[in-house]
Amino acid sequence: MTGTRKAVAALFLLPALVLLGALVVYPIGYSIVRSLYDANGDGFAGIDNYKAIFTDDGIRTALKNNVIWVVFAPAVSTALGLVFAVLTERVRWGTAFKLVVFMPMAISMLAAGIIFRLVYDQDPDKGVANAVWVGVHDTFASSSAFPRAHPGRESPLVPQGGGFLTRSAVRAGQPVALPLVGVAPDQMPGDAERAVAAKAEPGRITGTTWQDFTRGKGVGRLGAPDPSELGYAGMRIEAVKGGTVVASAEAAADGTFTLPAAADGARLRLPASNFREPYNGVDWLGPSLVTPAIIGSYVWMWAGFAMVLIAAGLAGVPRELLEAARVDGANEWQVFRKVTVPLLAPVLAVVVVTLMINVLKVFDLVYIIAPGSSQDDANVLALELYRKGFAEGQPGIASAIAVFLLLLVIPVMLFNIRRLRREVRR
Amino acid sequence: MTATLGSIGKTTSPGPVAPARESLGSRIAGRLSGGLVRVFLLVVGLFWLVPTIGLLISSLRAPGDMSASGWWTVFGKPSQLTFDSYQKLLENGDITGSLVNTVLITVPATVLVVVIGSLAGYAFAWMEFPGRDWWFLGVVSLLVVPVQVALIPIAELFGKIGLFGSILGVILFHVGFGLPFAVFLLRNFFAEIPRELLEAARLDGAGELRLFARVVMPLGGPAIASLGIFQFLWVWNDMLVALVFTKSGSQPITVALQTQVRQFGNNIDVLAPGAFISMVIPLAVFFAFQRQFVSGVMAGAVK
Repeated sequence: MTGTRKAVAALFLLPALVLLGALVVYPIGYSIVRSLYDANGDGFAGIDNYKAIFTDDGIRTALKNNVIWVVFAPAVSTALGLVFAVLTERVRWGTAFKLVVFMPMAISMLAAGIIFRLVYDQDPDKGVANAVWVGVHDTFASSSAFPRAHPGRESPLVPQGGGFLTRSAVRAGQPVALPLVGVAPDQMPGDAERAVAAKAEPGRITGTTWQDFTRGKGVGRLGAPDPSELGYAGMRIEAVKGGTVVASAEAAADGTFTLPAAADGARLRLPASNFREPYNGVDWLGPSLVTPAIIGSYVWMWAGFAMVLIAAGLAGVPRELLEAARVDGANEWQVFRKVTVPLLAPVLAVVVVTLMINVLKVFDLVYIIAPGSSQDDANVLALELYRKGFAEGQPGIASAIAVFLLLLVIPVMLFNIRRLRREVRR
Repeated sequence: MTATLGSIGKTTSPGPVAPARESLGSRIAGRLSGGLVRVFLLVVGLFWLVPTIGLLISSLRAPGDMSASGWWTVFGKPSQLTFDSYQKLLENGDITGSLVNTVLITVPATVLVVVIGSLAGYAFAWMEFPGRDWWFLGVVSLLVVPVQVALIPIAELFGKIGLFGSILGVILFHVGFGLPFAVFLLRNFFAEIPRELLEAARLDGAGELRLFARVVMPLGGPAIASLGIFQFLWVWNDMLVALVFTKSGSQPITVALQTQVRQFGNNIDVLAPGAFISMVIPLAVFFAFQRQFVSGVMAGAVK
């Protein structure tokens, strides 16, 4: 080995080492020192900034969320990746499937964030998550048609328990008017027709329930159906005597209804079920669900990564071992549980550890998906570091968070070095 | 995952598993479970595609339609589809300028990492100097350092030397944090080059630089491709680094769109096509170079 050789080696290494030193190593040292000083950087603060990580409410939320992230996001992604990797071996279009699941890894977290802001939109007419959810919900529980309806002026109805009750008892042969107002025109049932006044029928109770409102001052009459007024098609009407329902009916498209003689002398009630707010789905990005929702988008991005690594590991599993287990009478689940998974354990460990490191750094997804109103609830350390360092003028605390993040990955760093030391000495 | 470097890209599945036993009952059970597996994977695949399709269709609808009904209604009314949002977006100087910035940041940051990383990787693989392995381990130990650690120190450093807010600053940052992986990947790949090839060239009197350019770089093609694609996607898709180190004239598309997210709901006609345009290049790269991408991912599993 000559001096020139060494000089050449130094030249080859110089650019990389200078850049690494200035941009990666120096910042580590700087952060450690900076984390011991206060916000301005003049006063020595000791471990105050580190104490803040565990006492400041905002940072504690972030810490708690990070724990949730680290526990669930890698586990769910890896479990799904394992299931996909095993199952895709059984279909011919496995490669196409893998491509679809792996694809989100190629796009930015910003794009994924925008994609999932759309998916999680609260309005079931915009967000596909709530559209599906409400669709399923409404199949099992019907929603009502008149959420905002209420009595107008001089109404014969009074509010009662979320519904409305007539002030006085009804008599057979005397048509009843049950007018309400307040249903937006586009919210009226699609089959509603022009309301008509019910005809008297001897021995029965007849009546009309309709939207008693005509646009324009003095155009419509109160208490009687006008030409432009629609009937409350499908409204339920109950006749109540002494607290029990004696008869019930449903309004026709023109708002008319007929009750049997049994309802004579009863008071009519429009029960609360008519006026429930329509089910609006889940508030995915509200304070309580925002973190699981964002973890969902992370899994969407990273399950493909787990799947591809595990599939590569699976390709290395000797087929004879699986066949032998099957011949011995093991069913598919037992083969999976007792043979495949143990053989894949090293790969699974690498995937989980890699994802854990990755999850510690998650920033973009939370920053983009969590709306301003619930960003505090969705906070994670990487986001809090950014906020403290660049929005709140607290570089001391931000540096402490940075050092804390670094401490969390040091075990992996040591593991890498140990593993490589063996390989380097070939 | 150095062990997998040799088997890069060999992720093809060995085909459907043949049934082990041939009794009628187990064959019926096998058919049934095979059907279940197919249905399950179909549903999951749909689940994975729907969010992206939603974005694509949303970007192709007028804002008025967007606020009136869900994107899935286009399947009943395809006449809603329009390129208006894209047209408006491409007339928006902020967006087109930020796309140019994205290219100006990504291409140099990728080329520099490949060149500088190759030089160092070659030195670590084939040159003799004291403490070589320790230096290499030192570089590799930096693989897992979170970028967040460097944000504040480098922001102050760049502020002092006048790089803050410049495209050059963002490029340098990405090169710095791309290098540990580059050196790690390339050194391991170069180390597999047969010694005889290098010795022969040395005997012919080739200098180190010549050796590097004529022998090592051409042989390192696959690893360099993996690294290049990986770094390209990483830089192209980055938002955090650019968010900290750029200002309005130098920001890439991710940051330009990020500023729009605050008014989410009123500007979906900017966000949806913008996000989709920002995805087109990464997706094209991904589909064109799947194998290299996969091997990059596998090699970098510990990053």
